[in-house]
Amino acid sequence: MNRKKLQKLTDSLTKNCKHFNKFEVKCLINLFYNLVGDVTERQGVVVGLDRNAFRNILHMTFGMTDDMIMDRVFRGFDKDNDGYITVSEWVYGLSVFLRGTLEEKMKYCFAVFDLNGDGFISKEEMFHMLKNSLLKQPSEEDPDEGIKDLVEITLRKMDHDHDGKLSFADYERAVREETLLLEAFGPCLPDPKSQKEFEAQVFKDPNEFNEV
Amino acid sequence: MFPYYEFSNGCRAPPWRQIQGEICYVLVKPHDAETLCITCSKEGVFLNGGKTDDEEEINYERKGEIYKDLVTLLREKSAKFSENMSQQEGRFNEEQQKEKDQPNEAPEEEAAALRKASTASRRSALEKKQISLGRSQMTKRLEPSLNWKTTVDAEENKSSLRDTQEEKHGGRLEKSRPSASPGRAQLLRKSAEKIEEIISESSSESEEDEEPPDHLQEANADLPSEYWQIQKLVKYLKGGNQTATVIALCSMKDFNLAQETCQLAIRDVGGLEVLINLLETDEVKCKIGSLKILKEISHNPQIRRNIVDLGGLPVMVNILDSPHKSLKCLAAETIANVAKFRRAWRAVRRHGGITKLVALLDCRQPSAEPAQPGLHEARDGEVARCGALALWSCSKSCANKEAIRRAGGIPLLARLLKTSREDMLIPVVATLQECASEENYRAAIKAERIIENLVKNLSSENKQLQEHCAMAICQCAEDEETRDLVRLRGGLRPLASLLSNTDNKERLAAVTGAVWKCSISKENVTKFREYKAIEALVGLLTDQPEEVLVNAVGALGECCQEPEGRVTVRKRGGLQPLVDLLVGTNRALLVNVTKAVGACAVEPESMMIIDHLDGVRLLWSLLKNPHPDVKASAAWALCPCIQNAKDAGEMVRSFVGGLELVVNLLKSDNKEVLASVCAAITNIAKDQENLAVITDHGVVPLLSKLANTNNDKLRRHLAEAISRCCMWGRNRVAFGKHKAVAPLVRNLKSNDTSVHRATAQALYQLSEDADNCVTMHEKGAVKVLLTSSVVQSQLCQCGLGRNLSDVKVLLKGVFEHTKLPTCCITAGCK
Repeated sequence: MNRKKLQKLTDSLTKNCKHFNKFEVKCLINLFYNLVGDVTERQGVVVGLDRNAFRNILHMTFGMTDDMIMDRVFRGFDKDNDGYITVSEWVYGLSVFLRGTLEEKMKYCFAVFDLNGDGFISKEEMFHMLKNSLLKQPSEEDPDEGIKDLVEITLRKMDHDHDGKLSFADYERAVREETLLLEAFGPCLPDPKSQKEFEAQVFKDPNEFNEV
Repeated sequence: MFPYYEFSNGCRAPPWRQIQGEICYVLVKPHDAETLCITCSKEGVFLNGGKTDDEEEINYERKGEIYKDLVTLLREKSAKFSENMSQQEGRFNEEQQKEKDQPNEAPEEEAAALRKASTASRRSALEKKQISLGRSQMTKRLEPSLNWKTTVDAEENKSSLRDTQEEKHGGRLEKSRPSASPGRAQLLRKSAEKIEEIISESSSESEEDEEPPDHLQEANADLPSEYWQIQKLVKYLKGGNQTATVIALCSMKDFNLAQETCQLAIRDVGGLEVLINLLETDEVKCKIGSLKILKEISHNPQIRRNIVDLGGLPVMVNILDSPHKSLKCLAAETIANVAKFRRAWRAVRRHGGITKLVALLDCRQPSAEPAQPGLHEARDGEVARCGALALWSCSKSCANKEAIRRAGGIPLLARLLKTSREDMLIPVVATLQECASEENYRAAIKAERIIENLVKNLSSENKQLQEHCAMAICQCAEDEETRDLVRLRGGLRPLASLLSNTDNKERLAAVTGAVWKCSISKENVTKFREYKAIEALVGLLTDQPEEVLVNAVGALGECCQEPEGRVTVRKRGGLQPLVDLLVGTNRALLVNVTKAVGACAVEPESMMIIDHLDGVRLLWSLLKNPHPDVKASAAWALCPCIQNAKDAGEMVRSFVGGLELVVNLLKSDNKEVLASVCAAITNIAKDQENLAVITDHGVVPLLSKLANTNNDKLRRHLAEAISRCCMWGRNRVAFGKHKAVAPLVRNLKSNDTSVHRATAQALYQLSEDADNCVTMHEKGAVKVLLTSSVVQSQLCQCGLGRNLSDVKVLLKGVFEHTKLPTCCITAGCK
């Protein structure tokens, strides 16, 4: 990509992104193209990270392990749902992922947890997400009992309107009361340590960057 | 007894009778009736047909009504038993109440207790003793619940509590029936432990015989539902991944963690271990959740001990290094709650916690955090506030105070003191106040200009803050310069005005304390008078808690050192309440009251009132107080009383045995008591008749024995007393015989002018006896008198006219008696 085009892209993305400055956007764009590889841009072909490549990043860089959550995170980034994360989706997604406000993060997380996208986190969805969260005890008659109970506990805590499922309003209220519930059904945000490491690595001082 | 064999179900009845629901049979011999043979069955207890001729068998047939338990039956059958039981009534009812939900068990257990007694003496005719043994066991068994209710005698009850516990163990094993009592007993005992918390070893001891929590599962009957829910949550904490753990933690946090049931439930199901383990993981969210719970439950003294036992403090101290501010805050807050006893203070210090906590106080520290606030992040000030909270808790230990100082805590605290945030100021001032008990802190507080801010915050709206500021000033005002600083910074006016605000007793105690310490400086008293503080203090002499009284009276004692103060106290009617307080028992209060009364007695008009109120007699009787400081203070107070009372001699004689009491106090080994009693004797001996009496009581040998002291205060008053006592009969000769002269001569080497004067006076009196003069001469008294720089300077300084003439006369007397030319005096003047 030529310098002029890159400049233009950086400018437009910087304008739409409040959490990164121009330099940081540039770094992220560079990283994106490094990750995508040297694909020549052609008309009609989408340049972007596919599901596997993105999951790989989530796993390697941010230490995520849960397949389903990683898929959901991919869907969260992939706004147009075309199976690829483009450069703008990348920058925008990372701005929430790394530096989003509580409001942005709540929206993002809720979308991740709302598996079927109907605007509610249902009991079934919760069960699905929590099913591997407990050590299975072989002694128990119903190995899923613990999970079911955990779902009930979560509902009791978060379902304020008692309709048996979580609306965004329920979720938002619960998170505002207790921030720990932001990632109630699985880690979908980077933990602070890997976030710091990632930022340190990507947003290197420009001079230092040049030297390397 | 009858069928000895105990079946596996705990019954002792033969199988064919068990079918009828019978459990066992008991022989009871009441004081006032025939031996009763009683059947205990599931329906209740009743009299059976008694022993058959066969000895081994009994007639199982029921011969009377069924009673609900053994006690009811025995009450019915024996008047004596009923009478004795009603004495135990109160306690028994309490227990009954608790056992209501297991009606079958209550009688059974009692029966077991009684049975024990009867088995011990089976065959032999049951005697009264055994019955009473049975009963005493029964009352003992009631003790845990008593211990639970009453907070006193925790230590004393402990042994019997354990005995009882052992008995219960034994009893249960023997019966081996599922029982709800262990669980309940444990719950009760835990409450008892809480009371014993202060006695540090006791709790660890009682934890030794703690049953494993599994036992509690048997006792499902009377455990609250929270218990089971918490147990389930702890299971998820143990077996869940991060997500499940966070959900379980959040859910646990919704329980009423201020409630003891929940706190203990978490502990009993092994939750504390899990929570502390979570602190050692890398999961920030789990740590936050865990600390949020620990912070709440550590308000419970037992839980604190458990946390320390499980090694929770080092882990929390490590978290203080975390880059996450909210984690730091939570850890510091939890430490603040946990570190309430010695072992915890030591643990925090040993693991470097004090240094880390002090570092939290430094808000200017460039933070390693990214610029924008993270999700769980707290404000900078919050970190410092939590640090100060933890330091406040830790600063109750002297070693920690020193550690805080060495870690550079004082300047940081001083800086934080400049904020206007009350929630920040309270822990900061409270920490300073705790630490101000140390000398080097007071110096540093002066140097860091902290007083200024303390004074400023006295005018805060927050009562707690005012209280801590006043306490800190009270501590620091031991130092004269600080007292002046408080005045110069305008701190006296707010202090005086807070005196009129009597609703908050803690604050009032702190304020009166500050007023007391500040009033040690005369300039401050003048200011206080101006602000009408003395009037307010007089108003505080009635209907106040002892802490306030001690301080208020102490302040009055200082204020009355000035004539104006005395007049105010008298005019405001302060003498009556002061004299009334002389009958109290609080040691500190008595010391202060006697001082204040003594100070008032300097004024003849007040003295009349004190005499009228019988204050002198009360002071005199305080000479019998076991505490030496009270004795001494009372003796000092008596001096002005005797000086100023009309017909003092008559008054003193009117106290039966009073003079003997005073003389005998000369046998004390407390220097202050001795000095004060010498001063009192000096005053008493002004009356010839009293002097005669105390001479008869042997004052001369006792005084002589004291002459070998190094204590200047005692030397002075002793010398005065000796010179007074010389005025009677052959006392001069007696002093010589008891070898008082030589040590007195040595006293002249002291650097204290007043000692010199008093000693010279005494020697003058003693020198009227020729033998004494010889001793003085041998010991070189004349030379010492002449070369003594003090005497010389006194002689030469014409400004000190009175002293000059005194000493001249004294020397003259001494020289006359030692037959030296008087011209030596002029030589001495050079």
